[in-house]
Parts: sequence; C-alpha cells; structure tokens
Amino acid sequence: MSDVSINTAVREDEAQFGDFFALLKPRVMSLVVFTAFVGLVAAPVGVHPVVGFCAILFIAIGGGASGALNMWWDADIDRVMRRTRNRPIPSGKVSGQDALAIGLALSGLSVMMLSLATNLMAGAMLAFTIFFYAVVYSMWLKRSTPQNIVIGGAAGAFPPVIGWLAATGSMAVEPWLMFALVFMWTPPHFWALCLFMRNDYDNAGVPMLTVTHGRRATRVHILVYTVLLAVLAIGAAFTGIGGPVYLAVSVVLNGLFLMGALRIWRRDEEDAEADNFLAERRFFKLSLLYLFLHFGAILAEALLRPYGLGGWA
Amino acid sequence: MSLKPTHELHSRRFGRNLGVGLVLAAFVAIVFGLTVVKVTSGDFALPKIEEQN
Repeated sequence: MSDVSINTAVREDEAQFGDFFALLKPRVMSLVVFTAFVGLVAAPVGVHPVVGFCAILFIAIGGGASGALNMWWDADIDRVMRRTRNRPIPSGKVSGQDALAIGLALSGLSVMMLSLATNLMAGAMLAFTIFFYAVVYSMWLKRSTPQNIVIGGAAGAFPPVIGWLAATGSMAVEPWLMFALVFMWTPPHFWALCLFMRNDYDNAGVPMLTVTHGRRATRVHILVYTVLLAVLAIGAAFTGIGGPVYLAVSVVLNGLFLMGALRIWRRDEEDAEADNFLAERRFFKLSLLYLFLHFGAILAEALLRPYGLGGWA
Repeated sequence: MSLKPTHELHSRRFGRNLGVGLVLAAFVAIVFGLTVVKVTSGDFALPKIEEQN
C-alpha cells in the first residue's frame, strides 16, 4: 500500500496554492497593506525597515486570516450571490474546515509575530481587529442589522491604527483620524456597490440597506454619509496628518465625490436601469481612487516632513 | 517501504507543495532577518552575569 492510496479525498479539480491564497481576500489585503503602511510612516517615530516590513506583512496576514474566517462563516451566502459564488469555498475547491483551520492558524501566527516584531499593543489591536471582522461583523452584525456595513466598516479602518501602534507603541489622535476616514468612507462605497449589484443581497437574505429600507433610502444615505465624510476629510487637512498637499487633494476629491453622490441621489431606479447604473458604478470606482489618494496625500505629507515641507509648519 | 514510481497525486500537487515550501522558506528568512535586526539594534540585551547569580 502506498502512502497515497489511503487518501480518499483525491479530486481532479482540487485546490491549488492560488485557491488558498484567494481565501485571504487579496484585494482587501491591498487596502490593509497600504493604509497600515501610511499609518506606520505617518507616525513620528522612525522604524527599522526590516521591522517595518515585518509589521506590514503580519498586519496583512492578520487581515487575510480574518478574510478566510469570513469566507468560512459566510459560505452559504457566498454560494447565492453572483459576486461571490466563485470564491474558493462555494466553488468547491477548498473545504470550509480547511478555510477555518487556515484562518485560525494565520490569526494566531500574525498576532504572535506582530507582537514579537513590534510591541504587544500592536499585536493586541490586530487580535481585536480580527475578532471584530470575524465575530462582530461576519457572525453578528451582517445578518442582523442594515447598519452592518456602518459598524462593520470599523474592521477595515483599524489597519492605520495598528501601523501607528507598531511604530510608536502608544495611542494618539492622528491614527484615529485615519480610522475615521476609512470608517466614514466604507458605507457610501459599499452602498453604491449594493445599488448596482441589484438583487444579490435580496437573494442571499442579507439585511443590507437596499433590502430593508429600499433603494431610495440607500441613495439618501449615500449622500448624507458623503457630506459627513467630506467635512471630516477636509477638516483632517488642518491636523497633524494634513498639510497643503493633503488639503489640495482632499478638496478636489471631495468635490468630485459630492457631485457623484448628488447624481446618485437625484436619480431614480428608472434612470439607473436605463444606463445600467452608470452613475453608481462610476461613484464606486471613484471611491477606490478617493481612499487611495487621501492616504497617498497623508503619506506624501509624512515623507516631506523631514525636509521641512510636510504639514503646516 | 520500497521505492515506488511517483504517484499522479504528487505531480498534481507539485504547485501546491512548492508554494507551501516557498512560504515556509520565506518565513524562516523573515524570522532570521528580524532576529538579526533585533539583536543588533539594541532592543535585546543579555542579562549581566552578576544579575544571573
């Protein structure tokens, strides 16, 4: 008897390495990596490049681990939704048990390694973030309240705080401003997606705002959150993370974002159906650029600071 | 156990095994690099002999 003849789980289309990597939600991970990196660089304490690299890597792995746990828990929903039915678990390539094992193992590894590489505060914050995304958002809020994305958005907003903590080991106002930026950005970003993904969430029984309060209310919510976000984002220009570069970028982006939100608010479903949700799709794409450029501007201010150019001083 | 020709499973799982191997090698390199940085940057200091006694 050879060692493989007893393996009854042999399948033709079994998972490849890339399928396990897909469990970590690489696109979400890219947001985590970038915002954590900005948090780390914007901190007033210098970090050795190797330590900084390790910090970002383990924050990314922690984010990926929470993604795997989310996919394990939400496999039933993912199977129903068009957007997610090709994910590794619903497509049958990876078993739910494997996803759970990978999620738990990488969670423990990332928290332990981040604590060792930087400090316990950063490790504890990463552990809390994984808990928040996997348990508070995925297991509790997502299926119980239309505010799921509002409160759950906090999970995606923690990485810059963890990056800052990794560098300094202590709390300050600035990382929480970056947190607030991502936190306020998440609802309009996600609700625009809900509008043009149409019946996906209805079919899955997820109480998204479009399902519980209707599409008109969702359009109003997008506008209100975009106005609040604009006030916060432009206001942040006059704090420790801002400066002239950030202010210029923020004014332009918030102007465009507000115009996009107004366009969505003015439209009804008939208009949207007529052009296949063009305004909603554009708003969603702009939202990605919006966050990337805001954090890019914060990074630019931090990098210019040693030359006496960053910030208002 | 006698040597046997490579089972089809081994060739099918080559990519997966290679990926895991590379990840583990990278992890070892990262831990090594991190250790070198920690030890040489003064974050880590051996206890003095008198403190040990």
